Amino acid sequence: MKIGVVTFPGSLDDADARRAAAVAGAEAVALWHGDEDLHGVDAVVLPGGFSYGDYLRAGAISRFAPVMETIIKRAGEGMPVLGICNGFQVLCESHLLPGALIKNHHRKFVCKDQALRIENNSTAWTSDYDANHEITIVLKNQDGSFVADEATLDRLEGEGRVVARYLGNPNGSYRDIAGITNERGNVVGLMPHPEHAVETLTGPTTDGLGFFTSVLKAVVPS
Amino acid sequence: MARVVVDVMLKPEILDPQGKAVHGAFGRLGFDGVADVRQGKRFEITLDGEATEERVAEIRKAADTLLANPVIEDYTLHVENGQ
Repeated sequence: MKIGVVTFPGSLDDADARRAAAVAGAEAVALWHGDEDLHGVDAVVLPGGFSYGDYLRAGAISRFAPVMETIIKRAGEGMPVLGICNGFQVLCESHLLPGALIKNHHRKFVCKDQALRIENNSTAWTSDYDANHEITIVLKNQDGSFVADEATLDRLEGEGRVVARYLGNPNGSYRDIAGITNERGNVVGLMPHPEHAVETLTGPTTDGLGFFTSVLKAVVPS
Repeated sequence: MARVVVDVMLKPEILDPQGKAVHGAFGRLGFDGVADVRQGKRFEITLDGEATEERVAEIRKAADTLLANPVIEDYTLHVENGQ
């Protein structure tokens, strides 16, 4: 099982995401934004950071990187894709997920341990969590406020596509939404960082590991 | 050479934290009577040659796909024929 992690110019959390994949028992493969070849990976993580300096809009330029053309195509065929923080922004800009992420309503960068409730445990990335499992992982962002029009929000809620909700809204996200999925459940965008919560030496908990162990089952049925 | 100008603004219903920050500074500096500030982006695109209908249509496509995100932003486009 190979999990690819894309490095864009300005990615920050690619090394942590590769480490998390390895801790979960996968082989982590570094992917480069300028290379459209996914090198045989079974799943892809788009990591956090400030790709292209967040110029224009967060994720707006990364969305057109050569590697994204392949990822968009493969995501449409069912390959699991997890976008974390900046990766979530890239997925929204790519229209793989609805909505958008704008600046935190309080205008400050946030860095804290954040409690979440996993509301959909049937996605490729969350099957190892119990229904309504409450977890604490790291949140660190500037453009973390999830927005969408009312009809889109109603549709996401009605179809059970809210993957994670904040317990205590840290950034003004509509309806406390921290993460969502596509209709098929293979593409997940999450603003907080599970890859920073896989070992107690460096993280607040190991609650984030479930994202990376879940996808092993999605790709290699046991 | 012609110039195409694209002005991008957040949709009215989307909160604009940067505009809010500027609005706050207005108050601190004593510029009174300002009800609201919204901040946008302006792109000045200089073409090689004339702004034909075809070329402007191309820029409009670029505005739709890259310069503005239709989920949260609106844009206006106009041609400035200089010199």
